[in-house]
Amino acid sequence: MIETQALGKRYGDLVAVDGITFKVEPGQVLGFLGPNGAGKSTTMKMIAGFLAPTSGSAKVCGFDVETQPIEAKRVVGYLPEGAPSYGEMSVRQFLGFIAEVRNIAARDRGKRFDDVVGRLNLEGVLEQPIETLSKGFKRRVGLAQAILHDPKVLILDEPTDGLDPNQKHEVRTLINAMARDKTIIVSTHVLEEVHAVCSRAIIIAKGRVLADATPAELEARSRYHQAVSLTATDTKAAREALARVADVAAIEVDAQDGRITAFPKPGKQIFVAVNQVLQERNIVVRELALEGGRLDEVFRTITQGRAQEAQA
Amino acid sequence: MSAISTVCKRELRSYFATPVAYVFIVIFLVLSSAFTFYLGNFYERGQADLLPFFSFLPWLYLILVPAVSMRLWSEERKSGTIELLLTLPITMWQAVMGKFLAAWLFIGIALALTFPLWITVNYLGDPDNGVIFASYLGAWLMAGAFLAIGSCISAATRNQVVAFILTVVVCFLLVMAGFPLVLDAFRSWAPQVLVDAIASLSFLTHFSSISKGVIDLRDLLYFVLMTGFWLYASAIVIDLKKAD
Repeated sequence: MIETQALGKRYGDLVAVDGITFKVEPGQVLGFLGPNGAGKSTTMKMIAGFLAPTSGSAKVCGFDVETQPIEAKRVVGYLPEGAPSYGEMSVRQFLGFIAEVRNIAARDRGKRFDDVVGRLNLEGVLEQPIETLSKGFKRRVGLAQAILHDPKVLILDEPTDGLDPNQKHEVRTLINAMARDKTIIVSTHVLEEVHAVCSRAIIIAKGRVLADATPAELEARSRYHQAVSLTATDTKAAREALARVADVAAIEVDAQDGRITAFPKPGKQIFVAVNQVLQERNIVVRELALEGGRLDEVFRTITQGRAQEAQA
Repeated sequence: MSAISTVCKRELRSYFATPVAYVFIVIFLVLSSAFTFYLGNFYERGQADLLPFFSFLPWLYLILVPAVSMRLWSEERKSGTIELLLTLPITMWQAVMGKFLAAWLFIGIALALTFPLWITVNYLGDPDNGVIFASYLGAWLMAGAFLAIGSCISAATRNQVVAFILTVVVCFLLVMAGFPLVLDAFRSWAPQVLVDAIASLSFLTHFSSISKGVIDLRDLLYFVLMTGFWLYASAIVIDLKKAD
């Protein structure tokens, strides 16, 4: 369990994190979203015990990161941004070092090592110096280091940054597999990731929490939530047909690919009605989709909207 | 305690994983022998002791020890591994001590590898081996003080070259603290007490008696305190600078 209470960090006059309060329970994967420089990494560094907060507090499994740092660090697995590791060591030596520092009992050590190496597919590179590995492998070594002691709490700072789509998928599968009994915080600016792994998302900008909801709830805030989009052979006719549907509030046509999007009036469903009117008029539709909502649009509205408010 | 030894082992192993260790040891041995035999007139003196070796040691340290200490923390900061190290369940003090001990042991290994000199002097004559042993101990303690200074300066920058140069300068001033070169800068304006205090900080004064085989507890204590002080300062500097 992770609990922060008005957690804050300032560097001189610069406020990096401005009183963040949240709580994550075991079984939850919390996605940390926000523009670059929003304070995501700083918050994670404070929870992991690297930086001392300048105000407020953070607790990990009941241990305060400032007054009981060693106990707190013991239950946390932390992947710092960029997955740093000692380049001149081989993967086996590096994981051995981590196991020793983390005091994993000698009889469990082999089992944990095999488990982690298997999960992250590191068998082939065990004897290689880490500095000779590809970016994807380095990231996996960093993840292996973070989960070696089977921590109750995992803090992963941009775990999929710079990975190719296959590697991203592997890391997400891994996070999902571990999610059941652990408390996990993942920071990312890849929004598709939120859907893939997170049960809850917090959007922060300028050091403040702007939204705290499930991915579905966030999507529901989108203008595109419950909108219907389609492409038709006769765009003009299709557009006229859509205009007849009672609950359609607005229609937009993409100038480039001719994609038509019909937005419903608040709280209304238009998909069935749209379908009917298209059939009645015999309009040939190449593609027809009900939109769940667009996270990137919500993200932009929330982070930029608030920024503009602050400036005004 | 075990955390210190784990960190120390890892660090020491990393010296030998790269050419750094071998280059250092070879250069150290070559230069120390050259100083002993050519500048120190080891044979011509006709005395069975290692004074020529030990009296040049501070000057050799001045260049070579900062080369070891410069990477201690600046490399951790540059590569970001400091974030990994300090989020492991160890205290700051354990991290500082572990890394320092590795460097200190490493210098100890280099120092121990000068044993052919000791064999030579025992073969040629009948030296006082107690004196030689004491001098070695003193030399190792002095290396610790050099390293602790280097550790602190290395913690303050992520640039190894800057760390090297600053460490050389600070160590040089401390080596020379008992000599006019440094003292004259203070004599004109500072009270005599301060000048005396600075003079008493001189590495050379404290080491010269040790290298002659005179083990004064005050000299040993000086190096131990010096090391402790700079290591303590290292921990503070790391804490202050780790965020940037």
